Amino acid sequence: MVLIKGFVNTLADPRLFFLLACVGLAVLIWKREQLASSAVGYGTLGFLGIFFVFGTFDPNFRLIVTKPDNVPIVGLIFLLAFFVWYSLREGVLNDRRIAAGQGPIEKAESDRVWVWPDLVYIELIALVLCSVLLIVWSIFLKAPLEQPANPANTPNPSKAPWYFLGLQEMLVYFDPWLAGVVLPGLIIAGLIAIPYIDRNPKGNGYYTFNERKPEIVLFLFGFAVLWSSLIVLGTFLRGPNWNFFGPFEYWDIHKLAALTNVNLSEYFWIRMLKTGYPSAWAVRELPGIVLVLLYVFALPVLLGKSVFKGYYEKLGPSRYYVTAFLFLAMMSLPLKMLARWILNLKYVVAIPEIFFNI
Amino acid sequence: MAETKTIAPAEGPGTRFWNWLTETQIWTSVFRHGRPDSDRNRVLVVLSNVFLHLHPVRLRKSGVRLRYTWCMGGLSFFLFLVLTFTGLLLMFYYRPTLEYAYTDIVGLREHVPLGIMREMHRWGAHAMVITVWLHMFRVFMTGSYKPPREFNWSVGVVMLVLTLLLSFTGYLLPWDQLAIWAITVGSNMARATPFLGYEGPGAQLLRLGDVPLIHAADDARFALLGGTFVGEGALLRFYVLHCVGLPLAIAVLMAVHFWRVRKDGGISGPL
Repeated sequence: MVLIKGFVNTLADPRLFFLLACVGLAVLIWKREQLASSAVGYGTLGFLGIFFVFGTFDPNFRLIVTKPDNVPIVGLIFLLAFFVWYSLREGVLNDRRIAAGQGPIEKAESDRVWVWPDLVYIELIALVLCSVLLIVWSIFLKAPLEQPANPANTPNPSKAPWYFLGLQEMLVYFDPWLAGVVLPGLIIAGLIAIPYIDRNPKGNGYYTFNERKPEIVLFLFGFAVLWSSLIVLGTFLRGPNWNFFGPFEYWDIHKLAALTNVNLSEYFWIRMLKTGYPSAWAVRELPGIVLVLLYVFALPVLLGKSVFKGYYEKLGPSRYYVTAFLFLAMMSLPLKMLARWILNLKYVVAIPEIFFNI
Repeated sequence: MAETKTIAPAEGPGTRFWNWLTETQIWTSVFRHGRPDSDRNRVLVVLSNVFLHLHPVRLRKSGVRLRYTWCMGGLSFFLFLVLTFTGLLLMFYYRPTLEYAYTDIVGLREHVPLGIMREMHRWGAHAMVITVWLHMFRVFMTGSYKPPREFNWSVGVVMLVLTLLLSFTGYLLPWDQLAIWAITVGSNMARATPFLGYEGPGAQLLRLGDVPLIHAADDARFALLGGTFVGEGALLRFYVLHCVGLPLAIAVLMAVHFWRVRKDGGISGPL
C-alpha cells in the first residue's frame, strides 16, 4: 500500500504528470482503433473510480479531494476522461463507416423528427434529472464558508477559483503579464479564430477523426492537456508556497524546493563568454531578445517553407501566419516547461527594469 | 405537411377528463391549438408558444440523440435559469457591504430552515462552467463551428468568457477568506497588464515628464477592484456585475446564439 502510494506520488510530479498526460493523449489517438471498444472506456472509468475510492482511505488524499470546492473537479476528471474517449470513439466508428462507403451515422440519421414530442420530452427528462442531481448534491454537500475575510492573513497556498488554476500553474513558468493577461487573451482570440483559420471542409456536423486529424490533435492537446490537466495539477497537487505535493503526501508548509533557476543572459554572458553582464539591459538581454524575435517572426516563415509547406499553400499567407502565431504561442508553454526542467531556465528575456520578463 | 396522421387516444376516464379540460374556454384561450394528437397540431404547439418557438418544428434525428449532442448546451441554458432563480432568492438575504456580507451568508446558513439555495447556486455555477466547456468540446469534435456556423462559435466563445467572469465575480460575494484571496490572486494579474497595469511591461513609458500616467491608483486592476486592494469597492463592483451587468450581457448573447442556431440551418449535421 505504501509502495503504491509512493509510486503514485512520484508519478504526480509536475514533470511526469505533464509527460504522462501527453503520452496518454498520444496513445489514445494512436491506438484509437483498439481503444474505441466500450470495455476499454468503461473499464478506465471504473479504474479511475476504484482509484478514488481507494484514495479516500488516505487522510491526505481525502482532505484535498473532499474539499467542497474541489468536488466538481473530481467530477470534471471523470467527465473529461469519458467525453474525450467517447468523442474519439464516435469518430472511429464513423471513420469505419466512411471507409466502408456508408457515410457517417449522422447522415443516416438526417431524416427529420418532430420537436413535439421527440425533443421536448428529452428536454423535460434532462431537466428533471439535472434538477434531481443538483438538489441531492446541494443537500449532501454544504457550500464552503471559511473565516471572515481578513486582508492581513494570507492563506498558504492562495489559490484562484479552480477554473483559473491552469493559468495560475502557468505562473510557475511565465510572469503575470504573460500567464495572466497576454496568453489568456490569446486563448480567447485563438478560440474565436478557429472557424476562420480551419479551411478543412470535411467533418462538418459529424464525429470523425481521420478527416480532421491535425485540428483534433491540436485542440485535444490544448483543451485536455494544457488547460484541463493543468487545472487538475493546480488543484490537487499544489500545496503551500505552490510547491508540488503528491496526492498522498502531507501538505508540509516547510517543504523546501530547490530554486536554482538561471536566466538565459547568465548562460550567455557568464557561463559561455565568461565575462560579466554588459551594463545596458538592451545589450545584456540581446541573445534572449533575438531568440524571441526569431521564434515569433522567423520561425513561422521557416516552418511555412519546410514542415508546414502544405498548410501554407492550403491556407494562404494571412491565415497561415495567424495560425502559426497562435500555434507557437500555445507551444511556448510546453517549450518553456521543458526549458525549465532540463536547463533550469528562468527567463529567456529578463528586463526587471521595465517588468518585461519572458 | 404531406401526411396528417391522427393518433386516436384510448377511451377512459382520464381521456374524457382531458378532452373536457382542453375544450374549456380558459384552456382554449391559453392554447390556440388543438390537442397535439395530429401532425398539424404538433406544428402549432411549437409555433404558437413563445417559449417553444425557440425550437424548429422538426429537426434532424441526430439532433435529439444524446450520443450526438451530449445535451450540454441545453443543460448550460437550464443551469443558467436555475442560477438566475436561486440568485434572485439569495439577493433577498444578502447585502454587499463589508459590514453585512459575511454575516448575511452565515445567517443564510444558520437561520433559513432547509435552505439549500446557496448550495444550489454554488454547485450549479460549478456545473455550468463544466457543461459550457463540454458543450464547446462537443461542438468542436463534431466540426459544428464550420461554415455557416463560424459566427455562432465566436458568440459562444464570448459567452464562455462571460460564464467564467460570472463565476469569478460571484466567488467574492461570501466575503470569507476563500473569497477574497481567490479574487486577490486572480485580480493581481490585472496589475501586470502591458501598458495598463502599473507593474506591466511598458507602463513606465507612459508618463508626462516626471508624472507617471499609470500607477496603483488608476491602472487596470484599480478599475476592476474600485480600489488598490480587494475591499468595499471591489465587493460592490463585483456584486453589481454579478447580479446585473454580466447576466444582462450573457442573456443578450444567448438570444443571439439561439437565434443563430436556427438561422444557420438548425442543429448541425452532415451536409
